[in-house]
Amino acid sequence: MIKYLKTDDSKCVGCMTCTAVCSTLYFKEDNPAKSAIQVQDKGRGEFHLVACDQECRKCVQECPTQAITVAKTGVVMINKNLCVGCLACVAVCPIGAMRFFPGHRYPFKCIACGACAKECPKDALSIAEKEETAESRAWAEVIAAVAQPKE
Amino acid sequence: MSTYTRKDFNVLAEQHYELRPVKRGYNMRTLYVNVGTRTIAEKPVSETMKAKFVGGKGFGLKLLWDGTRPTTKWNDPENEIVIAMGPICGNTNYPGSGKSLVVSISPLTDIPIDSNVGGFFGPFLKFSGFDALELQGKAEKETIVFIDGNEGTIQLLEAPADLPTDTHVLAELLTHAFAHDEKDLQNVSVVSSGRGAEVSPLGLLNFSLYDKRRQGVRVKQAGRGGIGHVFRDKKLKALVVRYAGVHQDSNGAANPAEVQRIGLKLHREIVVNDDRQCKMRRQGTAHLMEVMNDYDLLPTKNHRYGQDPKGPEIASWVWEKLLSQHLPDGCWYGCTLACAHAVDHFELQTGPYKGQKVCVDGPEYETAAGVGSNLYVYDPHGILELNFYCDTYGIDTISFGTTTSFLMECWELGIINAEFTGGIDLSWGNWKGAAQILHDMVERKPFGVLAGKGVKFLSQYFVSELGADPQLMKDIALHGKGLEQSQYISKESLAQQGGYYLTNKGPQHDEAWLIFMDMVNNHLPTFEKKAEALHYFPMFRTWFGLQGLCKLPWNDIEPADNHKYAEPNKVPEHVQNYCDLYTAITGEPLTPEGLILQSERVYNFQRLFNIRRGYGHRKDDYPPYRAVGPVLPDEYFARQERYDKQIREKIGLDPSTMTVEEKLKVIREYRMKQYESLVDAVFARRGWTMDGCPTPEHLRKIGMDVPEAIETAEARIAGRI
Ligand code: SF4
Ligand code: SF4
Repeated sequence: MIKYLKTDDSKCVGCMTCTAVCSTLYFKEDNPAKSAIQVQDKGRGEFHLVACDQECRKCVQECPTQAITVAKTGVVMINKNLCVGCLACVAVCPIGAMRFFPGHRYPFKCIACGACAKECPKDALSIAEKEETAESRAWAEVIAAVAQPKE
Repeated sequence: MSTYTRKDFNVLAEQHYELRPVKRGYNMRTLYVNVGTRTIAEKPVSETMKAKFVGGKGFGLKLLWDGTRPTTKWNDPENEIVIAMGPICGNTNYPGSGKSLVVSISPLTDIPIDSNVGGFFGPFLKFSGFDALELQGKAEKETIVFIDGNEGTIQLLEAPADLPTDTHVLAELLTHAFAHDEKDLQNVSVVSSGRGAEVSPLGLLNFSLYDKRRQGVRVKQAGRGGIGHVFRDKKLKALVVRYAGVHQDSNGAANPAEVQRIGLKLHREIVVNDDRQCKMRRQGTAHLMEVMNDYDLLPTKNHRYGQDPKGPEIASWVWEKLLSQHLPDGCWYGCTLACAHAVDHFELQTGPYKGQKVCVDGPEYETAAGVGSNLYVYDPHGILELNFYCDTYGIDTISFGTTTSFLMECWELGIINAEFTGGIDLSWGNWKGAAQILHDMVERKPFGVLAGKGVKFLSQYFVSELGADPQLMKDIALHGKGLEQSQYISKESLAQQGGYYLTNKGPQHDEAWLIFMDMVNNHLPTFEKKAEALHYFPMFRTWFGLQGLCKLPWNDIEPADNHKYAEPNKVPEHVQNYCDLYTAITGEPLTPEGLILQSERVYNFQRLFNIRRGYGHRKDDYPPYRAVGPVLPDEYFARQERYDKQIREKIGLDPSTMTVEEKLKVIREYRMKQYESLVDAVFARRGWTMDGCPTPEHLRKIGMDVPEAIETAEARIAGRI
């Protein structure tokens, strides 16, 4: 199963509570540019919420140092001790959910901690679970195909 | 296989050094190691050295110049191997930033060779605290140089007597021996060679990287010019560096956020465009195979032809299936162009490792052409096996391919036979015969050793020992200055003939690749235009070597709107990226013109290095005729229409009244005359005399006014050297 932050654009009113919670929790400041959950203003009172779906795992496949791994919960995590800050993961993320802040050494992303979901006044965010898919398993198959057989 | 631990390596000498972070791309010191006297010393980098030589190949050549005499031979103890990185090297954001530049006096050419190589060694060495590593002397015992960049120690270690030499075994053993634990494996990089390099001047150096996904060591090659032969002659078994802790700003950039910005821009361009452009992420440089075959440029049978109906059997889509997919196969962190592919679990059919399953690094284009089509080998397995054995024995696939194709042609022409080869059948296409040459080389059987001496030596040997026709041998031995030509057909592109033979080190395509501009798109119709291109591109590409950069992310990926620029061949947006990146790291401003000037200084210095050693005359810059036009009647007939047309339109004769011998003769005279005019134009554009010597005025103008450069130029012009 994959744990992830489920978003519902139709409920979002753009109050930016989630970005404040996220960036304060992880960066000690209220700054939407440092929030893993992003609120995009589409105009006419409509908003689009962007957070990692934990499923495509293109970043896991791309990371040269294997700093990005999949936790038991299915959540994609970055290990800062291994990250060399190349930002390849940022470039391959198809939805822009892998983020970085200029001058910071490491990228950051949503790890489905649920802090924002708790505070969202409109229930636009929630922690949910979903099944693994062919796509979500692809990265592991690539490795299995090339790894040296253990003696 | 037995394993080794640190205890197995006897310490011969040891020195500690002060750890300091890299500042703005530089350490401002280099490391000197003499394996003969067991001396280990730091050398400061002066501001003049930085200003004039920049880094990388510039530092390498400067150190090599100072460390050797004009008469130093490749196997004299004072010959050096210098590995140098450059200020941009090691940043993890901009694709293609992990290259090391290796220089030495080449056993093939007797002049400096430079080779650009990936792998983790260079960046780790830089973060360990040095801008270059200078190796000199000859060891008494098999020696390993070990640098621990976290502890600040340098050791000379004695290699255990039973430690193997072939790279795929040695690099793996040493990586495990020097890593503290499993997690530390990726922090170790090894430079090694192989048993072939002990006997052959085609010997190369392998630079390793630990591949976490494959759980094994991969290698990239400093291939050209026989540096591996020098390495083994010094009884250097390996170099090992260990450095843990690479991070986004290990390079100490003046503006790290700007480095991120420029890097991310290119990452995004690659992610979006690569699939529509070169497919480097899937095929690596092997994407070129069918393009070259289609344009009559893929070397076939010792460059006799440029095309064959069998071409598609080794086309890119064949390689794409064999190469493992969806892996971040960069030769350094952050290279999303990721051309460093491999074939996994490949079962060998010949030689000492027969039956073993191995990981083959490559094939790159040059290898697939060199030991493939050029030998008339269209069996991908054969190409992979030759690729593997060349690498592990420490033999350059380009030189080996060109040498073996020469031998196969000599076999076909009846100059050599099975008696001469020790029973090896060198018919076109017999890859097992080619593999046997390699195996016989490491076993030091007479023909293996002889074949390993390279094309220049063999062509002269066949004249003196076998009575071969001297002119024919000269014509079909594809080398310049002693270095084997790399794998593009240059016959129909005068500019590329210059791109190959008006080079400092010999015919390697890394200075200029002008075939498409010249032959296909006809952008260089005049001698002046060709000369301008033979000024700009070699200078521009030299810059990669000063910085520790890879050439591929410059034009094997292009911005979607590149064609809208005035000079799309230069990829102007990427040129600007490089200037911005240099400024972001070093804090120094740089314009595209300034970039060319940095290179021009070093390029001219390298020319003067050749001159200092008695070379660098105009006469040293001529191609063998095979690189210029058809040597044999069947080459003429294969492209009769093209050549007849040239006789009619360019030469003004009527081919229908001429014998093929007459036609070959007039074509030859015409083309060699064209080449002379090209040399005149290029030398003039480069600010050189008509004998190819940079003038003192030109040197002053470009700021390469260090005393040794001016003195050398004056001495040559006065006829003293
Ligand atoms: S920035 Fe870090 S996590 Fe992302 S791909 Fe590079 S090394 Fe991996
Ligand atoms: S393009 Fe290829 S050779 Fe160049 S740096 Fe990237 S992986 Fe290495």
